Amino acid sequence: MDKGDKLPLEDYKRYGRQMILEGFGLSGQLKLQKASVVVVGAGGLGCPALQYLAAAGVGRLGIIDHDVVETSNLQRQILHNEQTVGMHKTESAAQAVRKINSRIKVDVITEPLSSLNATRVLQDYDIILDCTDNTPTRYLLSDTAVALGKPLVSGAAQRFHGQLCVYNLGPDGLCLRCLFPRPPTQTGTCEETGILGAVTGVIGNLQALEAIKIITGLHEKEPSMLIFSALGSPPFRSIKLGSKKPTCPACGKEGKKIGEIHEFDYVQFCGGPAPDWETQGLTDSEPGFRISVKELHNRLEGGDRLNVIDVRPRTEFGICQLPGSINVPLGELTANPSTYLPEDDKIETFIVCRLGNDSQIAAETLRSLDKDSPGTNKRTIKDVIGGLRAWSKDVDENFPVY
Amino acid sequence: MSTPPTLTINVEFGGGLELLFANQRKYQLSIPVLIPPDTTATPPSGSAPPPILSKPADITFLIRYLKENHLKERPELFVEGETVRPGILVLVNDTDWELEGEGDYALKEGDEIVFISTLHGG
Repeated sequence: MDKGDKLPLEDYKRYGRQMILEGFGLSGQLKLQKASVVVVGAGGLGCPALQYLAAAGVGRLGIIDHDVVETSNLQRQILHNEQTVGMHKTESAAQAVRKINSRIKVDVITEPLSSLNATRVLQDYDIILDCTDNTPTRYLLSDTAVALGKPLVSGAAQRFHGQLCVYNLGPDGLCLRCLFPRPPTQTGTCEETGILGAVTGVIGNLQALEAIKIITGLHEKEPSMLIFSALGSPPFRSIKLGSKKPTCPACGKEGKKIGEIHEFDYVQFCGGPAPDWETQGLTDSEPGFRISVKELHNRLEGGDRLNVIDVRPRTEFGICQLPGSINVPLGELTANPSTYLPEDDKIETFIVCRLGNDSQIAAETLRSLDKDSPGTNKRTIKDVIGGLRAWSKDVDENFPVY
Repeated sequence: MSTPPTLTINVEFGGGLELLFANQRKYQLSIPVLIPPDTTATPPSGSAPPPILSKPADITFLIRYLKENHLKERPELFVEGETVRPGILVLVNDTDWELEGEGDYALKEGDEIVFISTLHGG
């Protein structure tokens, strides 16, 4: 620190509560003021992280995201609000951040991050925060952080769970590939599995905290991972991790084996593009085995006795359901399919789910029962194209979409 | 023949893995101290001729034991071959199992073994 270094007069009052902390001091505040942090993803994790980094007086913040704010984001992405729905998340978050602290520099980066631009976009910052929602970007960020020699504060959250890990911190700090050389199986997005807003809040706040510790020199640099489970007792668990792996293909002593970042196909590496379940659920691959929502509506109005099975989880069935439908979660149906076919083989069975994918699996399982017992009459077993999402769109606009 | 000696360990699932195990997060298990040296053999059962038990039960055995006795659905989301699928962290008393010998770690009385699925949402 230069002897002449000092803050603008009003900052002593503004940041005084943190500056008087042991080990923080004037030098800590000056370090924050000179520091730059880039937050990748202005969603459930990025919003609380940005909020605390801005409030603490980090001099320059980069915000990267290419999505726009949707109503379903507001439950957890706390920098966005009812007025910014439809706006780019970067703009919405930047607006909120500037309200908290007008004197920090905010960079809005709305271009999608890819292996082609990651190095260029991230190189200007001291610390990278991984607040993303997908595995390919997580590996891209890890490799880029290694290549640029920058710490990567990685957060993740799903359902009631959260995880926090700092990668590539110091000369021995491990990277994502040290820990998971092979990417995990894709297990679903927040839309599919659910997420509690306060859970992303916990992890996003911790990401800001880790960044502040690194900048001010308060970080222990012990490799560890923090695991949070809102329903656990205790809710936090800290895991001791090893150092950098010599054999790591990205950061190992034996040298880099993954080639150039801009030539690496991260999406393919992580098992290909994530499926678009809504479109898939609408795709009529096997004509004759499926029924449209309009046709089902007519049949229900017609007054015939029908067997309508909803294969969503019980909790989702409890949110909204078609009149007269019974709930048999997919796992239970496939485990014991014969239980759910009516005795009278003339009663038709229709299967519905949220988007029209699980229902196809269930219908196929039930149809295969008939194939295996050739003596019986062929039953009519169909699944509902597009599921309840299509029902709200084409039959009843007052049916809830969640 | 007397009952083979057992040891008690605590197993916990996290990060959503508990959903594969009847949504039960914590298990207290009593497992044999020694297992047959052939790693592909199933755990000893009553009717078969008694196998020679010469190898300490390790985490590889535990993974198989959990799959055969407690896993309720979609085994491919828990195991791959003789180990856990990519993206699952295994902890031995709060330490990454890599520091403890991975699957070869010999289980001890009172050990806490945690299986956690890595998350990627945000």
